[in-house]
Amino acid sequence: MRQIVMVPGRGMKDVPTHYCPGCHHGIVHRLIGEVLDELQALDTAVGICPVGCAVYAGNYIDCDFLEAAHGRAPAVATGVKRTHPDKLVFTYQGDGDLASIGAAEIMHAVMRGEKFTTIFINNAIYGMTGGQMAPTTLEGQKSTTSSQGRDKAMHGLPVRMAELLSTMDGMAYAERVCLADMSNYHKARKAIKKAFMLQMQGVGHTFVEVLSTCPTNWGMSPPDASLWVKNTMSQYYPLGVVKEREK
Amino acid sequence: MNKELWKGNELIAEAAIRAGCRAYFGYPITPQNEIPEYMSWRMPEAGGVFVQAESEIAAINMVYGASAMGVRAMTSSSSPGISLKQEGISYLVGAELPAVIVNMMRGGPGLGSIQPSQSDYFQATRSPGHGDGHMIVLAPCRLQEAADLMADAFDLADQYRMPVMILADGMIGQMMEAVTWSERPAKPMPPKDWAATGREGPGKTHFITSLRLGASDNELFNNRLQQRYRLIEREEPRHEAVDCEGADILLCAFGTTARIALSAARKLREEGIKAGLFRPITLWPFPEVALRALASQPSVRAVLTVEMSAGQMVQDVRLALVGSRPTPFFGRTGGMIPEAGQIVEQVHLALKEAQA
Repeated sequence: MRQIVMVPGRGMKDVPTHYCPGCHHGIVHRLIGEVLDELQALDTAVGICPVGCAVYAGNYIDCDFLEAAHGRAPAVATGVKRTHPDKLVFTYQGDGDLASIGAAEIMHAVMRGEKFTTIFINNAIYGMTGGQMAPTTLEGQKSTTSSQGRDKAMHGLPVRMAELLSTMDGMAYAERVCLADMSNYHKARKAIKKAFMLQMQGVGHTFVEVLSTCPTNWGMSPPDASLWVKNTMSQYYPLGVVKEREK
Repeated sequence: MNKELWKGNELIAEAAIRAGCRAYFGYPITPQNEIPEYMSWRMPEAGGVFVQAESEIAAINMVYGASAMGVRAMTSSSSPGISLKQEGISYLVGAELPAVIVNMMRGGPGLGSIQPSQSDYFQATRSPGHGDGHMIVLAPCRLQEAADLMADAFDLADQYRMPVMILADGMIGQMMEAVTWSERPAKPMPPKDWAATGREGPGKTHFITSLRLGASDNELFNNRLQQRYRLIEREEPRHEAVDCEGADILLCAFGTTARIALSAARKLREEGIKAGLFRPITLWPFPEVALRALASQPSVRAVLTVEMSAGQMVQDVRLALVGSRPTPFFGRTGGMIPEAGQIVEQVHLALKEAQA
């Protein structure tokens, strides 16, 4: 007997994702799809996906997509939005992509006040390549390139990108959210919607950092991974609005 | 039609706009700075987009974004900056996106010099960045030709959905010459129905990507690319042959060096040596069939390649002639320019060796 246990979210294509159990990418995709649907923007949205686990985001979210070279999504998005200011343009980048190899591109996109939205997935590790240390890996956190835990003396402390980028005038709105429970899930949804709406008002760069899980590379069960986001990650990366300026 | 005096770099910028380019992204580097400077005021006037990028890497990725939206987009740089763009060019190839890239070559390696050079020939004509890709590479030797080739570059890029490089040097960029703007009818181009300008209904999205994770899928894509390259090799080679019929010796040179080689050929004619100039205009595809035909004339005793490099195009000359004629080489490197007198000496030497 066939039983439907799951239907694709609004704004999502009817295909299974390749993500690991307990990974939050799928949830963030679904939130983006829902919000685009709600804003009636699926026909006009252009997403830029990163190099990393979300490289196939364009196969899942039901709008047009470009796949960028590692870290270069903000430059690609600049080319898209400047030539097509009427489109709703967003990048979707992980922490290795945005905070490491693409640090220059995101800094300058924000500096110029590029009027697109960044969805920044911070899971404190390189997911696709198998769990190496990221610029966002917490002090003491173990990874395949920091087997004894991240050592401050050797690697410094992890970077808070939302705060760093918010020092620049071009950043109009930055919020850090997580998906560890339903209350935070709704806050995340609201933040994504607000970022997209502000973008269309042309106020400047809008940025949503999502603290996410990587149960596979963290070596945790999905519920434990969610708890770790809520109890440990969010201590170092405080949740909430980091910056909001009027037009 | 009126003749106008133009500086090379500014001319190339203006020609791009007249060819329908509506997005320019660049980063300062000598000797091509007049291109972004000109674009910074002229492009907005033409209703297009100008962004001074934070790096050459960002600039080529902005081109990727604009091109994926169906806009005629370009960037320009000089040798060290073009090295930084290699990643982006490979992605343009992999995503089948049209783009025009201008390289006003300077002496290398490393930071090198700012004087003219042709030492990026290998980088331009073999495979840009990683992977098995190609760019069509066009090499102007006069400013009139540079203006005309800019229009061709955008057409070729759109026709074959691939990056096209204008490969010139600091001399071409900095010199001034009289130019006539030709009013030529726009060529019919294939529709850009692949552009990511919005989905065509639920589930009908565009996804511009160079990722083909399955090796067999990726091989199929590569096969398709190679088929296109074979077509281009048949259809698009271009060259100019000056006094090659019945010549004793052919001088093979492109761009600035071809101008000097032509002076040398004229001096040689005065001496009674029949020297011809074979000038590839497309460096990829290399006009090997035409070169082979001219070099195989019984009168031709040698083909001397002259470059502002340690010898790069000469490899294509040797591949084309496969040992059927002596193929000596003369080059200056580092930003130094060959003199006509030096080329004449090399011809004497080559003819002597061919006789021996």
